[in-house]
Amino acid sequence: MTDVASVAEQPLLTISGLEVEFPVKGWRRAPFKALKGVSLDILPGETMGLVGESGSGKTTIGRAVLGLAPITGGSITFDGRDTTRLSRAARRALSADIQVVFQDPYTSLNPAMTIGDILAEPLLTSGIARVAARDRIRELLDLVNLPSDAADRLPREFSGGQRQRVAIARALALRPRLVVCDEPVSALDLSTQARVLDLFIDIQEKTGVAYLFVSHDLSVVRHISHRVAVMYRGEIVETGDAATVTGAPEHPYTQRLLMAAPVPHPTRQAARRSERHALLASQQVSDAARETVR
Amino acid sequence: MSEALIPAGAVVAVAATGRQKLYRRVLKNPMAVVSLVILALVVLSAVFAGQITGWDPGRADLNDALAPPFGEHLLGADASGRDVLARLFFGARVSLIGALIALATALAIGIPTGLIAGYFQGWFDSLSSWFASLLMAMPGLIVVLALISVIGPGMVGVMVTFGALLSPGVFRLTRSGVVSVRRELYIDAAKVSGLSDYRIISRHVLGVIRAPLVIQASMIAGIAIVLQAGLEFLGVGDSSTASWGQMLSEAFSNIYVAPTMILWPGLIIGLTVGSLAIFGAALRDTVQGAEPVRRVRRRKPSSVEDTATRRLDLSTAATAAVVSPRNGGQEDLEPNDALLVVRDLQVGYPQPDGSTTIVVDGVSLHVDRGEVLGLVGESGSGKSQTAFSILGLLPDTGAIIGGSISFAGRTIASADGAAHGAAALRGRQFGYIPQEPMSNLDPSFTLGFQLVEPMRQILGLSRPAAKAKALELLDRVGIADPRRTFDAYPHEVSGGMAQRVLIAGAVACDPELLIADEPTTALDVTVQAEVLDLLRGLQRERSMGMIMVTHNFGVLADICDRVAVMQAGRLVEQADALELFDDPHNPYTRMLLSSTLENTEPRSARSAQPVSSRGTAR
Repeated sequence: MTDVASVAEQPLLTISGLEVEFPVKGWRRAPFKALKGVSLDILPGETMGLVGESGSGKTTIGRAVLGLAPITGGSITFDGRDTTRLSRAARRALSADIQVVFQDPYTSLNPAMTIGDILAEPLLTSGIARVAARDRIRELLDLVNLPSDAADRLPREFSGGQRQRVAIARALALRPRLVVCDEPVSALDLSTQARVLDLFIDIQEKTGVAYLFVSHDLSVVRHISHRVAVMYRGEIVETGDAATVTGAPEHPYTQRLLMAAPVPHPTRQAARRSERHALLASQQVSDAARETVR
Repeated sequence: MSEALIPAGAVVAVAATGRQKLYRRVLKNPMAVVSLVILALVVLSAVFAGQITGWDPGRADLNDALAPPFGEHLLGADASGRDVLARLFFGARVSLIGALIALATALAIGIPTGLIAGYFQGWFDSLSSWFASLLMAMPGLIVVLALISVIGPGMVGVMVTFGALLSPGVFRLTRSGVVSVRRELYIDAAKVSGLSDYRIISRHVLGVIRAPLVIQASMIAGIAIVLQAGLEFLGVGDSSTASWGQMLSEAFSNIYVAPTMILWPGLIIGLTVGSLAIFGAALRDTVQGAEPVRRVRRRKPSSVEDTATRRLDLSTAATAAVVSPRNGGQEDLEPNDALLVVRDLQVGYPQPDGSTTIVVDGVSLHVDRGEVLGLVGESGSGKSQTAFSILGLLPDTGAIIGGSISFAGRTIASADGAAHGAAALRGRQFGYIPQEPMSNLDPSFTLGFQLVEPMRQILGLSRPAAKAKALELLDRVGIADPRRTFDAYPHEVSGGMAQRVLIAGAVACDPELLIADEPTTALDVTVQAEVLDLLRGLQRERSMGMIMVTHNFGVLADICDRVAVMQAGRLVEQADALELFDDPHNPYTRMLLSSTLENTEPRSARSAQPVSSRGTAR
């Protein structure tokens, strides 16, 4: 980033030394440390991809930013304001700026409410008049490429991809500046997944919203992110430009992750496979070497 | 494709919201309608008792004492000469008001406490749950009788007490309903949207528990009516006003003189309580959508016709569409010594309205010994249904309605249901690897036990021999400490480990065909690569045939020799893996392949700067 403007730019979200612990059931058992001091920042209008395996804590970061996880240390600053521990009322006020799209479009929409009611809820709560809310809903449905008559229908009348579009529209209702996207395409079919990703990019280019994009899929993160952070066991092991992290990673875990993703072509996948075996062998050798040095 | 919209015309018809639909569905249920009509008649007769009958329920006329029915008094008169019908109507007031008081008390205590305990949990939850258990353990009738001796026989006090004793049922129902919804993502989404707790509870939580609460309320009302009549029958209560229980008691003392008199109060109590119970049951059936579908073992004449017309449509459609030569020539591809041959398989699910939903339509494929066939498609394409048909594991509501499956030259399944070979082959010649490793292991047995039992059953091994073989297998599937894993319970191992154990189980009895249904979908990519390596190794060293069901083209490319692409129940293309990836013939296959993100440029390379730095503002 040599551009003067971007150097001067203040990050929209700054996470520093974040720690999250979940209590473990049972008398005097040590709590489970989901995040062990994580630091991260997101610029306005930027997509920060967060990739890692299950249990690495990537989802927990997103939930901590949303105020849905128990923070035990460190801080989260949004737009210069400390949002680490907010009262319910202050958190509600922040909801206009930070929003979320969850992984599962089947449980993230209340099955008993029409699409119109689902989209109206955040609008009416924030004090927008009913008529203005109706206009905004039409605008939102248009933004996510759903027909305007969708407002009168129930979630079950829609496919997974369409439901995820509704969830995206709900997230955008209050014109947030940051949307936490928690595996938003991993429950979708391949062809739908590509279209929903393009919708995310399109919306970002139209509205300048920033994304914290959590995914286990390196190719998805690479497609949508400007920068990528790799998580491993509650820590960020590598951060950087998306092309670098997903193309020529430095950390051994990221290298393993990249090599493990299968390539959709038999010959190239065979080559990737032997590359991976060679990498694993060399990592084992260097591990062993480190052991002997000690 | 999967995003195709429901046509606008259909939408107008379903504009009604879910709740309105529920009411309408309830009114379609004859049991619900009959019980509602009876309840309405009881309520109306109680409200308009004075208008319906000219008799005063309290006016005694000894001339009419024990008058027979169908005379001056329609249902006769009691021992004091009071009109029975009038007393039934006026007595309904006492019973209904009593039931209402008990119900209102139970709901007023149970719902708020249940909501608070379920939603906020913490100390209030522990305390109120403990208190609810205490109340439930108390014998209700004895508590009420003891109370009457203290506060006297006033109906209001008794019914309030009784309502309080019934409130734990409401509390538990509410609490468990709330606990199950509060984990739903839409509650989290509502929190992020800035909704207050009050709004979340009233909009999102109450809606879910409304139906079960109505059912519970109908039960409570019935219990309250019976209990109140019981108390009046025992003589505990106000003797100046007419009530059903009192009438029972009087009729009982005159049972030898006027035996029919006991019939009327008994009948009305039975009818009312029965109607309440039936209404509750009908409502539950409607909410759960339990519409019985008759299981169809054989084809019905009508469905044969249906199928025939559908197949005709499809064949014309097939000729109209672009059909790759591979499709037409697939019979020729089939060698004579194929391990598994599926011919024109058709799987259908009979619907309540008599039609059949066809989920697999005319699929023909084959697997040779030592060959890996990939079955790929999006959700709803019928790939898993095809795999389950081969395994003979279709759910009870579905059936093979066309075509046949044969294994090693023997027909194991066909439409007429004559051949049922799959069950005998499972575990012996067929190995199966599921998608969700954890839900396919029984949490109450050790992994070792779950490996050893099938081997003892099928291979007839002794316990030590089976254990030795299991340890050997666990070692083979790459588990570092086989002995420890052997003694572990499923919850003590990771998903990847569990999948390795299931693979060990699948190959334990040396199957000739391995069917893997999305075996790596639930696993992390690094673990997926290891599991694929393991599967490839096992398949080669035992030269097993294998069907790999997947939606991931990377997995296909990694392990499959040949690929069959499915779309909406039909096979659209079948080819050698390399050929399919290099030169896909079918437009659907091409679309799927172009949807993979593999060759796209990284975003950071496409646009060097984030949007806002380029000066785009909203």
